[in-house]
Amino acid sequence: MSRALNEAEAAADVVERAGVGAFEGVGRGVNSFFEYIGGITALGGETAATIGKLRIRFAETVNQCFLLGYQSLIIVLLTSLFTGMVFSLESAVQAVQYGFGSFVGGIVSYTNVRELGPMLTAVVVAGRVCAAIAAEIGSMVVTEQVEALQSLGLAPVRFLVVPRVLALMIMLPLLTVFADVVGVMGGQWIAHAQAHIAYNDFMSSARQTIGFEDVVKGLFKSVIFGIIIALVGSYQGLTTTGGAAGVGKSTTNAVVICIILIFILNFVMSYFLYGGS
Amino acid sequence: MPNAIAKLDRVCLKYGDRIVLYNCSLDIVESAITCIIGMSGAGKSTILRLLDGLRKPDSGHVYVRGQDICHMRESELIEMRTKIGFAFQFAALFDSMTVGDNIALPLREHTSLTEEEIREVVIHTLDSVGLAHTYDNMPSELSGGMLKRAGFARAVVTNPDLVLYDEPTTGLDPIVTHLLTDTIKQLREQLNATAVVISHDLQSIYMMADYVAMLFEGAIIEYGTVEQIQKSQNPIVQQFLEGSQVGPIPL
Repeated sequence: MSRALNEAEAAADVVERAGVGAFEGVGRGVNSFFEYIGGITALGGETAATIGKLRIRFAETVNQCFLLGYQSLIIVLLTSLFTGMVFSLESAVQAVQYGFGSFVGGIVSYTNVRELGPMLTAVVVAGRVCAAIAAEIGSMVVTEQVEALQSLGLAPVRFLVVPRVLALMIMLPLLTVFADVVGVMGGQWIAHAQAHIAYNDFMSSARQTIGFEDVVKGLFKSVIFGIIIALVGSYQGLTTTGGAAGVGKSTTNAVVICIILIFILNFVMSYFLYGGS
Repeated sequence: MPNAIAKLDRVCLKYGDRIVLYNCSLDIVESAITCIIGMSGAGKSTILRLLDGLRKPDSGHVYVRGQDICHMRESELIEMRTKIGFAFQFAALFDSMTVGDNIALPLREHTSLTEEEIREVVIHTLDSVGLAHTYDNMPSELSGGMLKRAGFARAVVTNPDLVLYDEPTTGLDPIVTHLLTDTIKQLREQLNATAVVISHDLQSIYMMADYVAMLFEGAIIEYGTVEQIQKSQNPIVQQFLEGSQVGPIPL
């Protein structure tokens, strides 16, 4: 009897500890989440203040435009081209069969300019660049180079974060313009090749559907994505601990967090920018 | 007691649950070389970071030139750090810049010198550590000893009045160790700057130190000239200086 009671007490203890452990886990998770959001916000605030005071290293910003933006051009063009082509491939033939082939240009360009162009460009650039930023700054942290900057009386945000944020704020919209154009052109070509939609009909449909406002809103999204990519990469880099393994972890986290944020923010911005239109 | 340019006053600091410094007090005498000795992981490098404002203590005060730096804003710390040189254990040169650009960086940021003048100052500073020929080299092309000397050059190029050296001779052969020890002494004489050196190399310390402080279990347990430290009756100091495994220091 007493043995059975002891076992029951032990079992109750295990259940209680598991419950407390689960609450602790949730608590820690919530705490980390808010700590992360707070950290990113503080970094963003400091970056904005530095830019506001015009304490910008122009040569380094131009260098980062080349490294982060120009060197991403090929991968962005390829991704957009094939996405535009596959989108057209899936829609053009069916559209012609159902008798609304004249809308294909509008559908492809509408989707490209408003959603696919900005978001896919951001995701591709995040994969390439966010990891690179986190790895570079993270390596600098573990080799004491960031502390060396501070010890020389130089602010790491001004030196490392501001040039990357500005570079991506400038270059991501430019890359998106290229992505939009190439995506639409790829779609136009496939619509012509597979569904015999004339080039002029495709472009005419596109022009009727897409307004200047759509392009501007798409580019606005790109600016926000650029800021997010640079801030997340920089924050992950600056908070790196634990040597080479820590740099690897920061790099992976940077890409995962950045891509998730891009998808969430894309929805939020589309909701507020386009609403039901 | 001579004038102190910097001072730790009952500083306590924890990393997580580990107490690194506990009621640690230390005066850094102006224009002297003070060496801090102690076991690995005792918190010696942390003292340098506290003096440079790179870490804040959990309690206690850190004074530099009479000012409590614990409550300074970041902009004030940045200003203060321009007058402090910090030579890091692994040099911490920026690997995307040449050696010359590394050393020119604080001059470009904090002075109104022309590029021509900056180049002249950098070459002169590199020459003073025997590295004038490495101006256009990348840090990855330098040996360990050369990297440390380039780190010294960057630390002193702005003529600071306080220079902090974190393990300047660790991992180097005896000849380069001797060379770096001489370099630290020469730089002190040229700049008339105060130096704080963290080191495990007793021979180097005996060669260059004006004062030695021994850090043990978070506090300075012995402080004095080299001779005073060598004659210390403290069994912990004696065990450390003899490198004996038998004694009060837990291994």
